[in-house]
Amino acid sequence: MEFGEIVSVLLQGAVVTIQIVAMALPLAVLMAFSFGLIRLYAPAPFKQIAIVYIEFFRGTSALIQLYWIYFVLPFFGITIDAMTAAVVALGLNIGSYGTEVVRGAIQSVPKGQYEASIALNFTSSQRLWRIIMPQALVNMIPPFGNLAIELVKATSLVSLITIGDLTFKAKMLADTTLQVGEIFGVVLLFYFVMAQFLVFFIRRLETHLSKGLGRGGLHS
Amino acid sequence: MNGFHWDWAFTWEVFPMILTAAKVTLLATLLGSIFAIVMGLVFALLRRSNSRTLRISIYWVVEFIRSTPLLVQIFFLYYVMPEFGISMSPLATGVFALGLHYGAYLSEVFRSGIDGIEKGQWEAARALNLTIVDTYKDIVLPQAIRPMIPATGNYIIAMFKETPQLSAITLLEMLQMAKIIGSENFRYLEPFTLVGILYLVFSLLAAYGIHQVERRFPKEGFSLK
Repeated sequence: MEFGEIVSVLLQGAVVTIQIVAMALPLAVLMAFSFGLIRLYAPAPFKQIAIVYIEFFRGTSALIQLYWIYFVLPFFGITIDAMTAAVVALGLNIGSYGTEVVRGAIQSVPKGQYEASIALNFTSSQRLWRIIMPQALVNMIPPFGNLAIELVKATSLVSLITIGDLTFKAKMLADTTLQVGEIFGVVLLFYFVMAQFLVFFIRRLETHLSKGLGRGGLHS
Repeated sequence: MNGFHWDWAFTWEVFPMILTAAKVTLLATLLGSIFAIVMGLVFALLRRSNSRTLRISIYWVVEFIRSTPLLVQIFFLYYVMPEFGISMSPLATGVFALGLHYGAYLSEVFRSGIDGIEKGQWEAARALNLTIVDTYKDIVLPQAIRPMIPATGNYIIAMFKETPQLSAITLLEMLQMAKIIGSENFRYLEPFTLVGILYLVFSLLAAYGIHQVERRFPKEGFSLK
C-alpha cells in the first residue's frame, strides 16, 4: 500500500479521535466543576455522592469503565451506541480526576481573599464567581492541560469497542497490509502532534486568563 | 436477556478464575514498576548529563513517550519489534511498554527529587573527593528517596490501572479473563463488575500501603549499603 494511502486512512481515524475529544472534553470539564464544587460546598448526602463518583472512577481502570458502560448497561435495558459509550466513559473518567484539580485550585486561593470578600460584604455567590474563581481558574489551567492530553491518549481505548478511531484504523491497516513500522510510527507521530498542539493552546489560554491578576502566566 | 438480576452462583463460579488472572495483572504491574523505576532513573540521570545534545534529545524522548497513548506503544512493541528480529511474549511486551511509559513519567519525579537536594551537599561530596557514583549512592539518593515516594507510588497505581490494555495483545490478565467468561456465558455483568471491584480494592490497598511506607521511612534518609 502506498504511503500516501496509509496516511489518508489514518487521517480519517484522526478525525474520529478529534471528534471524541471534542465531545468528551466538555463533559469532563462539566463533571469536574459540578462535582468539584459539590465536593467542596454541598451538604452531606450530595457530598457523599460526589465522593463515591470520584473514588469509583479514579480507583478503577478507564478501559474497564468503558467496557462496563458498553457491555453491561444493556443488561439493565440501557442500550447505547459505541460512540456515546466512549464519550460518556472518557468524560466521566477524566472528569473525576478534574474534580480534584478544581478542588485543589479553589483551596489554593489565599485565605485572605475569602476574608476580604466577607469583610466587603459580598454575597457567597459573588465571592465564589467574582473573587475566588477567576484566581482559581489560572491555577487550574496547567493541570487541566495535562488532563486534556491524558484524554487524547485515553481515546485510543475506544478502538477496543470497535470505534474507527486513529488506533483502530492503525490496527486494521496493520492487520491487512503488514506495513506495521510505517503505520504505527505515523500514528504515534499523529498523537504527539495533537498533544503538542494542546500544550501550545493551553499556554496561550493561561497567559490570557492571568491578565489583570497581577501576575504573569508561565510563558507570558 | 435475563441479566437484570445479579447471579450469585455464577459470581462464585467465575471468581476463582478472575483471581487466577489477577496474579498475571499483579505480576505485570510488579515487573513493570521495577523496569519503570530503572528507566526513570536512567532518563533522569541522562537529563543531567554534561552534553547539551543528549539532554535535549532525552527531553524530547520523554515528552514523546508521555504524550502518546500506551495502547499504541503496546501495539508498536508487539507488532513492530519482530521486524527488527525482537519477538517478545505478550507479558514481556507488556512489561516493556509499561516500564517505558511510566519510566518517562517517573523520570520527572526523580529529576525534581534530585534537584531538591541542597547545593551544599553536592559541594561537600566534591570537597570530600567522592566519585560521582558514590555521591549519588551515599549522599544524594538516600536523601532524595523519601520525597519521591508519594508521586512514585501514584504512578505505580496508575500503571496498575492501565494493565487491562494488555488484553489487546491477548495477555490473559483480569479483563481478558472477564471478556472470555462474558462471551462464553453471554453474561458480562458479573465478570466485569468483579474486575472493577478488584481494581478498586487493590488501588485503595496500594494507596494505603504507600502512605505507610512513606510514614515509616526515616526522614534523615538511610544508607543504600
